[in-house]
Amino acid sequence: MSGMSKIVKTITSISIPFILIYGLYVIAHGHLTPGGGFQGGAIFASGLVMVLVAYGSVWTMEKIKEKNLTMLESLGAFCFILIAFLGLVFGTVFFNNYLVGSNSIFGTVPAAGSGLADINTAGVIPLMNFAVGLKVIAGLFAIVLVMAYAISKKEEK
Amino acid sequence: MIDELIHFVIPLLIIIAAIVAILLRDLLASVIALAAMSLLLSLEFYILQAPDVAIAEAGVGACLTTAILVLAIKGTKRKEDEV
Repeated sequence: MSGMSKIVKTITSISIPFILIYGLYVIAHGHLTPGGGFQGGAIFASGLVMVLVAYGSVWTMEKIKEKNLTMLESLGAFCFILIAFLGLVFGTVFFNNYLVGSNSIFGTVPAAGSGLADINTAGVIPLMNFAVGLKVIAGLFAIVLVMAYAISKKEEK
Repeated sequence: MIDELIHFVIPLLIIIAAIVAILLRDLLASVIALAAMSLLLSLEFYILQAPDVAIAEAGVGACLTTAILVLAIKGTKRKEDEV
């Protein structure tokens, strides 16, 4: 599997930024609109799978090592549980939303009543969405990447 | 009126796509039918007002599962054995 034709590669190169930005948008707006860490991560991983199909698994494996993906996945899980335990330190209980009302990042309280959605709200929930998104991106892409690489190695024999 | 029609047509199309996926002997075509079923299922989730589930179904069911199954067919064989 050494990649597909030049047309496919060009179309992939043109459309990949939009897919990746959309996936990151779904992750970043997880506390306001439908979607969140898992859904945005699945969209992002789908875009990466498109690159894998277009350019071939050997080329992709050279660029992104499977070891690094495993590390990113563990980092996502670690960040999630770290943020949860920081609630115990800064607040009172596990998973405490200690950032709300602190006026720092994601810290403002939205105005009462239904108005326009404000991205800079919700405390630790967007940060946890980013952690889950990182884990889902790395995990789902690692599955497909290792499977494609193993099959291409098997075909060489 | 159009609302009830959509609620009738899309489940029917899901059932048809699932039956086609089972009946086809060519496994690659079967996987494509399964992807179509997954896409219709995400549309059904959307019209049942669960957009969260619809996004997850469209991303995982219609794209990643299809990619994994196509790779599995590439690694094994394409035609199902006759019984």
